[in-house]
Amino acid sequence: MTAPLLSVEHLSMRFGGLIAVNDVSFLAEKRHITSIIGPNGAGKTTVFNCLTGFYKPTVGRLALTTEDGVQYLERMDDFRIAQRAGVARTFQNIRLFPAMSVLENLLVAQHNALMRASVWSLAGLLGLKSYRRAEGEAVETARYWLERIDLIDRADGPAGDLPYGAQRRLEIARAMCTSPKLLCLDEPAAGLNPRETLELNELLRFIRDEHGVGVLLIEHDMSMVMQISDHIVVLDYGEKIAEGDPDAVRTNPAVIRAYLGEDEEETP
Amino acid sequence: MTVIAEQAKDSAIAGLVALALAVPIVGLRTESTSSGLAIDPRMLDALLVALAVGLGHFLINLARARSTTKRTVVTPKAEVARRIKFISNSLGWGALGFGVVLPFLPFSDRYIMDVATLVLTYVMLGWGLNIVVGLAGLLDLGYVAFYAVGAYSYALIAAHFDWSFWVCLPLAGLFAAFFGVILGFPVLRLRGDYLAIVTLGFGEIIRVVLLNWYQFTGGPDGLSRIPRPDFFGLPFSRTGDDAFHTFFGLDYSSMHRIIFLYYLIFILALVTNAFTLRIRKLPVGRAWEALREDEIASRALGINPTNTKLTAFAIGAMFGGFAGAFFATRQGFISPESFTFIESAVILAIVVLGGMGSQIGVVIAAVVLIGGTELFRELAEFRMLAFGGLMVAIMVWRPRGLLANREPTVTLGKKPGDSG
Repeated sequence: MTAPLLSVEHLSMRFGGLIAVNDVSFLAEKRHITSIIGPNGAGKTTVFNCLTGFYKPTVGRLALTTEDGVQYLERMDDFRIAQRAGVARTFQNIRLFPAMSVLENLLVAQHNALMRASVWSLAGLLGLKSYRRAEGEAVETARYWLERIDLIDRADGPAGDLPYGAQRRLEIARAMCTSPKLLCLDEPAAGLNPRETLELNELLRFIRDEHGVGVLLIEHDMSMVMQISDHIVVLDYGEKIAEGDPDAVRTNPAVIRAYLGEDEEETP
Repeated sequence: MTVIAEQAKDSAIAGLVALALAVPIVGLRTESTSSGLAIDPRMLDALLVALAVGLGHFLINLARARSTTKRTVVTPKAEVARRIKFISNSLGWGALGFGVVLPFLPFSDRYIMDVATLVLTYVMLGWGLNIVVGLAGLLDLGYVAFYAVGAYSYALIAAHFDWSFWVCLPLAGLFAAFFGVILGFPVLRLRGDYLAIVTLGFGEIIRVVLLNWYQFTGGPDGLSRIPRPDFFGLPFSRTGDDAFHTFFGLDYSSMHRIIFLYYLIFILALVTNAFTLRIRKLPVGRAWEALREDEIASRALGINPTNTKLTAFAIGAMFGGFAGAFFATRQGFISPESFTFIESAVILAIVVLGGMGSQIGVVIAAVVLIGGTELFRELAEFRMLAFGGLMVAIMVWRPRGLLANREPTVTLGKKPGDSG
């Protein structure tokens, strides 16, 4: 059996005296949707921030295995994780480039590929054919995703003018334009109506099945998590309390206790 | 009609109140006479005051009523953008044409040409700074430092090595870009206000070094006898077989050099503009704008923030250096006096007033700020007051600058809003 796409081993993150994540280990497979759930403040976003290099973990190993070999994310700068390792993310509170057009948002995501094609901007400044071809391809990639998320008609308008649900979809498309191996989505369904959530499910399944990307998902919408997850990791107070497929997690007593609380009178 | 009658009544009341106040305040004037305090009644004046208040009240109300009925029509955002684009385009081509023919217009005397050259120098500086402030969103309060580095490198290289202007100009630009990198490297991890303060300090450091390094820069005496530019090997001298006027069989005129300098800065400025328009559409230009919009999101997409910002800083500095080299060769004399903080502030004001990222806006702001300063020279110290007022007015009416409008760098050719 080949090594899993992402293996998180003994990850701990400490902010002064506060232990936000304590000795968490889990695996995420390629072509799988792995969800991280847990009550507010359980340390889910901290795990994401460690994975994408925004925090340097206090302890732990984050190994990403692709056909290019193994890369250790805890040693890399944030932008290199996106550039070299191929880990893309979205944010809990949407972070688009609001003044730039929808299409430009998707082209910025292909920055590194286009930068190589423009040879430190020289080929671009001279308008060489090789660069123009690369730019044409980038626009085609963007067009593909715009059609996929149904925003092709808004392509030339500012991203900040889009309705909320469309901004969520655009952020996912933008992350996919970096051609990632692992896609980390931080609460993508927050603020979406039920119909939009269903569309999102479909989009995530499409990304998993057609693009062979491993998806890591933080989400509070339990019906969504149970529908699309292949594997679920449950955190509470920075510790992993359960792990398994949706059915196993749903019936796990520790999970129920974490979400509903313990009834003190009935416990002996 | 009833509205007007109501307003008239309202105004009449205002007039009456004014009358009641004016009778004791204006109408009764005390005068000291030999026999003590006497009252000098001026009831006509009081009546006039009351009438003026009433009439003024009525007129203001009328104007207000009209403007509120007008305001109900709101121009949609896309329409405003389209209009700004149209204005910018027509102004841009108009300005370009005017710039080309200006030296041959009947009223163009030496003074006009000098002012035009000065304005163009600031246009170029504004366009250079626009890369840093407008595109990359890095607030640089010490841009004049690169202007100074360009001017001094040109002056020193040209004087010591006796190289031609066309060799020294790119060298001056390179030196300025190098200083841009030196400054940028340690400070670009700072953001916003902090970056502004550090760049402000850098601008002052450069000036103070120029002022005190007497052996190298001449200190407060400055550098004089800077070589003047020649027309590709033909000097603008009165005598000599290879002089510009003998080569072309013209009579000698001191205007030749003035006009040559004018076209020189005109072309340099156009190169700056063309470069900016071009690089904006390249990945690095889009990355600058992305970093300005959201640095964290840019990092998450794999953009190296330090390198990207450094290129913006270096390229902006390079154009500042070119402008500095031009300044040195035009003046023939430079001293640290020319590179004070107020210059940085003026250049920044040009960029902000014109509308960040707007190329033609920079031209208009430079014409108004620099040309206007020359035009209103007679007003002496009130000049600054007028400009303060002007800036406040622009910030009130058009808070994002005169012609702020962002065009996408790449389009699919579909208009926003129309559904396919």
